[in-house]
Parts: sequence; C-alpha cells; structure tokens
Amino acid sequence: MDLNIIWFVLVGVLLTGYAILDGFDLGVGALHLFAKGDKERRILLNSIGPVWDGNEVWLVTGGGALFAAFPHVYASVFSAFYDAFMLLLLVLIFRAISIEFRSKYPSPKWRKNWDIAFSVSSYLIALLAGVALGNIVVGVPLDKNHELHTSVLDLITPYTVLVGITTVALFMMHGAIYLLMKTEGEIQARIRVWVQNSMIFFIMCYVSLSMITLLYVPHMAEKLRQQPLFFLVALINMLAVANIPREITKNRPTNAFISSSVNILCLMGLFAIGLFPNIVPATDPANSLTIYNAASSTKTLNIMLIFALLGVPVVLAYTISIYWIYRGKVKLDEMSY
Amino acid sequence: MDVEILARIQFAFTVAFHYIYPPMSIGLGIVLVIMEAMYLRTKQRMYKHITKFWVKIFALTFAVGVATGIVMEFEFGTNWATYSRYVGDVFGSPLAAEGIFAFFLESGFLAILVFGWNKVGPRTHFISTVMVALGATLSSVWIVVANSWMQTPAGYHIVGEGLKARAEITDFWAVVFNPSSMQRLTHVILGAWLTGAFVVISISAYYLKKKLHEEFAIRSMKIGLVVAFVAMGLQFISGHSSGNGVAKNQPEKLAAFEGHFQENAPADLYLFGWVDSENQKTKGIAVPKMLSFLVHGSTDAPIKGLKSFPKEDLPPVQSSFQFYHLMLVCAFLMTLICIAAGWLWFRGKLWTNKTMLNILTLSVILPHIANQAGWFAAEVGRQPWIVYKMLRTSEALSKSVTANQVLSSLIMFGLVYLLLFVLFLFLLNEKVKAGPFAKADTSEEYRDTGEDVAPWVNKITRERVETTNGQ
Repeated sequence: MDLNIIWFVLVGVLLTGYAILDGFDLGVGALHLFAKGDKERRILLNSIGPVWDGNEVWLVTGGGALFAAFPHVYASVFSAFYDAFMLLLLVLIFRAISIEFRSKYPSPKWRKNWDIAFSVSSYLIALLAGVALGNIVVGVPLDKNHELHTSVLDLITPYTVLVGITTVALFMMHGAIYLLMKTEGEIQARIRVWVQNSMIFFIMCYVSLSMITLLYVPHMAEKLRQQPLFFLVALINMLAVANIPREITKNRPTNAFISSSVNILCLMGLFAIGLFPNIVPATDPANSLTIYNAASSTKTLNIMLIFALLGVPVVLAYTISIYWIYRGKVKLDEMSY
Repeated sequence: MDVEILARIQFAFTVAFHYIYPPMSIGLGIVLVIMEAMYLRTKQRMYKHITKFWVKIFALTFAVGVATGIVMEFEFGTNWATYSRYVGDVFGSPLAAEGIFAFFLESGFLAILVFGWNKVGPRTHFISTVMVALGATLSSVWIVVANSWMQTPAGYHIVGEGLKARAEITDFWAVVFNPSSMQRLTHVILGAWLTGAFVVISISAYYLKKKLHEEFAIRSMKIGLVVAFVAMGLQFISGHSSGNGVAKNQPEKLAAFEGHFQENAPADLYLFGWVDSENQKTKGIAVPKMLSFLVHGSTDAPIKGLKSFPKEDLPPVQSSFQFYHLMLVCAFLMTLICIAAGWLWFRGKLWTNKTMLNILTLSVILPHIANQAGWFAAEVGRQPWIVYKMLRTSEALSKSVTANQVLSSLIMFGLVYLLLFVLFLFLLNEKVKAGPFAKADTSEEYRDTGEDVAPWVNKITRERVETTNGQ
C-alpha cells in the first residue's frame, strides 16, 4: 500500500472518529429543546459536558491532517465553499459558547437563549456537514487549477439537502441512544420515545437516500459491484441499522449505541470507497483532486505517519480512560453545568 | 477595498481576538499546576479552594479560546488558498501535530480538571492539571514553530515552476528548529506566563482592595507574583536574544522596529518616537548608539538601515516602530510594577496598600497589550512577505474568493466577537463577584471541612492579616 492510500484512510479515520463521537453530542444538541425544564436540560448537557470538546478535536485534527497530507484539497474546498465554511465557523463558535456559557449565569432568560443557540447550531452543523458531503458525492465544477467560486445557494440541490437531512436524522438517533445509556428514571422513559421517533426518521432517510444514490449517483456504487469485499461493508451497514431497533426492544442501549457507531463507520466507509481514488471529484474528471495530484510529498506523508503512529495510540488510550471515568448515568453535582 | 487588504484585516482581527485567550490559558495552566502542587504538599484545604476558583477562570478563558481557535485553522484554506497550496507540504504538519499532540491532551484532561474533583483521586486530578497545562504549552510550541518558519524558513526546497511551484520539506528538524523558532517560542511562553500571573494578581488585588476573601487573595497573589517575577526576569534575556535574532535573520524588520534609516551607521535605541518616512528620519528620545551596542556589543558597530534595502521589500515602518515600542513600554511598566510590588511585599505592606492594589488590579491590561503589540510588530515587520523572502502576501490569496465575501465574513466576525467579548467580561465579572466560596461550591464537600475552612471565610480579621505579614 502506498502512503497516499494510507493517508486517505487516516484522514477518513479522523473524520469518522469525529462523526461517531461529535455525532452523538450534536444529536444531543438537536434533541435539547425537546427536554423540559432546567433540570432535564442540565442532565442532557452534562451527559456530553466532559467529552464534547475532546470530540470536536477530531474535526480540528482532521482539518490539520487534511492540510498537511492533501494541501490542495484543503485549499480548494475551503476557498471554493467560502460562504458555507464561514457559516459553519459561526455555528461552531455559537455552539461551543452556548454549552460553556449557559450554566454560568442563573437567569431563566439567559439559559433559554443559550438553549436555543445550542440546539439550532447543533442542527446546522449536522446539516452543513451533510450538504458538504452531498456536494462531494455528486462532484463539484472545479476548473483546471482546482479553483471554484460558489455561494451557499449553489451548494443546495435536492440531493445534497437529502444528505444533509439524513445526517441530522443519523446524529439525532445516535444522540438519543447515547442519552438512553446515560440517563435513568422518568427522563429515560421520555428519551425512549425520542429514540423510537428518531429511528423511524433515520430509517426513512436512509432508505430513500440509498435508493436515490443508486439511481442518480451510480458511480458511488460502482466499486461495490467490482469488488465483492466492499459489498460486505454495505451488508454490515444494513445489519447494523436493523440491529438498532432490536437492541432497543431488548433494552440494551449500549449494544444499540455500538450498532449505531458501526452504522456511521460503514456509511463513512461506503462514502470513502465510492470516492476513491478521488478526494474531490470534479464535474470534468480531468480536474478532480485525487489522492495523488492533491497530496504532499512522500517525505511529508512519512513524517506525518510517524506522528500518527506515535500520537494516535496515546490519544486513544487516554480518551478511552476519560470515557471510562465518566461511565454510568449522569449525576448532577456542584461541578456540573 | 481589495481582497488583499480585507483578508489581511480579517486574519489580523480574528487572530488578535483569539490571542486574548491562549496566553491566559497557558499562563493560568502553569499557575494551576503550582497551586494544586501546594495543595498536595501542604494538604491545606485553602489551596484546594484556590485551585478550584482559578480552574473556573481557566475554563472560561479556555472556552472562548477554543471557539475562536477553530476559525484560525480554517482561515488558511478559506482566505489564503494559494499560500496553503504553496507551503502546505511544510506548514501543514505542525498544525496536524498540534491536533494530535496538544489539543487532544488539553481537551481530554480538561474534562477531569473541571468536572473530575469527585471522580478521581487527588493525584490523578493533579496529573490531569499537569496534562492540560502541558497541552496548552505544546499547542503554542507547534503554532510558534509554524509561524517562525514563515519568518525564517528553513529545511525546504522549491519544486516546480510558475503556478505549480511549491515548497517541499527536506529536513523536518530544520523546519522545527528554524533560526528563530526557539527564541520566539521562549518569548511567547514567557509572555503567556506573565499574562496568567497578572490575571491572578489583578483579581486578587481587587479582593484585597475590597477586603474580601483576604487569605485566599493573599495566597493567590503570592503565587501570581512569584510567577510574574520569574517570567519578567527571564523575559529580559529572551527579549534580548529575540532582538538579536531579528537583527541577524530579518535586518529589514530590525531597522523598521528602530526607525533606523542610515545605510551603514551605528543605530540609536529609541524610547519613543515618530517616524518621518518622507524625510527618512525618526524623531524622538533615543539612547545614542545603544542598538549597536545591544546587537554587536560595540557602540560603533554599523547596523544596516532601511535605505540599504529595496523599497518593495520594506515593511510599513511607522506601524512596526510603534507596535514594537508599545510592547517595550508595557514591559517597562510591568517591570516597575513587579519591583514595587516585590518591595512592598518584602516590607509586609503590599496587602493593605490601596494605591498599589489599585495599580495591580488594572495591571492585567499590560501583558495583554504587550502580547498584541509584540505580535503585530512581528507580523507587520515581516511584510510584504507572507513567508519571508519566499512568497509575497499579495500572491498568497484565495483566487476564487471575492472582496464582498471577505467583507461579509469580516463584518460577521466583528459582530460575533464583540458579543463574545462582552459576554466574556460579563461572566468573568460574575465569577469574580461570586468569589471563591460561591454557593455552587459550598455543597457537601464544603460542609464537612467546616473546621479548617471556616476561619478563612468568615472570621478573618485585619489583625490576622497583618500578623501573617509580620512574620
């Protein structure tokens, strides 16, 4: 395997880590306004409180890795989608601030405003991420220097919006299942209803997106036909999705959460398989950014691989320890939000 | 206005606003490590309360730092795409390293630092505090390495021609240890320590002035002052070596800092002044030939002046000069304050001296101005280059981004950051007003320690403070 492929996979791993980890806390954000009263909302916030920031670092590191490994992708995508990225930055700022600021002042009005900011920004981040993925899937009209000028409206087509909504549904379901693990009693009973509803919402989106992708963006499925091994990913994906309602019925939220994480992993995997060896397919295939024409030198990819081999195991070790320390149901104490 | 100037304003504004927060996090990180170490050593509850209070201040600054920091990582791609293509092979790795080696550490252990007091034992908690401080410091390491590479590029070669040209890495360690990185890193970290120390000093002085939480404030301030003394002392050595580094590596920048025009003449050291670019003269109060002495150890040594360089390679002289001197003025004032506070402390009068406490309360602004002015001097002084002698700022922009787009996002950042700043000050004020023994902290844990905490909180008297000082 060459270094370019390794880095395609590693950037994918970072972004998948982001989708699985920040995915649940974005989902909790999307569900936040359904919770009633300050105490319930505090339970929701505190279920993600100690970990959300670390989860977002997966995105930051993914961005850094993309810059270092595939500078042309970083440069082309970020400048081509300028307005969309500025909007994304705006909601990322508001989300971070609303989580941290909400609890720091005991006024109902103050808290209500931050609740809205937290929830709306969580929806928008998921939606924007989905719309961005949707645009990459269909391909973007890059010129021969890999440049492109767009406004937000150019990015919105029925297909990209459907990917966006599916992402929202996916994270809502993922977040609801996470909350089921982290809560107990009365609130858990209410969250169970959210899980049911968001599962239905997601499965509807999932089925329609799969069909529309097969019909209108057939190149995404081409490799599945060529290589049966890849078809296995699609199969595991379907099984993971089907397993979620089963585990919920059997009252095993942890297993349901694992299934939901496997689902995200497979979706990202299918996305990566469909793109490969492109990273950003252009409308004119000659202008596409691939893992070769967009990459840094072998020397840089090597150095970065050493970074990854040194850093990632350590990061995983202490991230898992921290999750372990915060295992179990949320209990509010004087340090809580 | 054209895209170039708008993009520059946007970057300067977003990074300057961001840089209000990281120096506080880095500096407070070190202070927290000292505080918690004192708690573990002495087992006195008071130090736990001290640590917990400053953790809250830390968490507040950290939150805004994180929120505004993401913008920086995206902005290279959005506004400086050509730069990103040109140097990504070299410049991207430190940013990725920052994520892997610093941000994960910082944000992961922050969970334990802030929320983990009842979840883990005191030692594990202390280790987490150390890890957060280390993470904050490491992030500055990678960022300053990346920026220093823009000032004094090394360890690369240029591959390809015309539109396809780009810098590729040849020697990673030469990139990391480029000629200016270690000097500048030391300077930045000491600046951050000063900032953290002065935050502690300022809030503690405010409490003492208001006769609130006095034992808490005195102990906090002692720690803050010691850190400030050490950082200030070291900063003189670091500042001197940074200056010499600029003299050697970026002579145009040094000439601009001191408004030195003459081609090969000994240079003066200005205390303050005004650059008259038209007549190529600088007016102000200066120590004659002192710059030559500082750089070369001899008052007669010539220093290359602005006239020796091609005009198109010169930075804006006036603003470089003024930012640089503003930083020096702040350093001078901070030194005076440190000496005065040290003297009063030694005499046992610091804790009750109203004038000094007033000065100390306001003093937190000085390290902030010094940080900002120092960075502006460094970055304006590098112009017209984005990477010194390699790529001009005007050639580094995103080709597909229009002036209107940059202007809209600039306005957006302006409004959002204004709101953030107001909210930050409001919440900081709330935290300070609520004090270290705020209600939220007085639950079970507080009650069962009644005996050794209560005297500090309620019964402390002036006499007691004074006897403590007398010892």
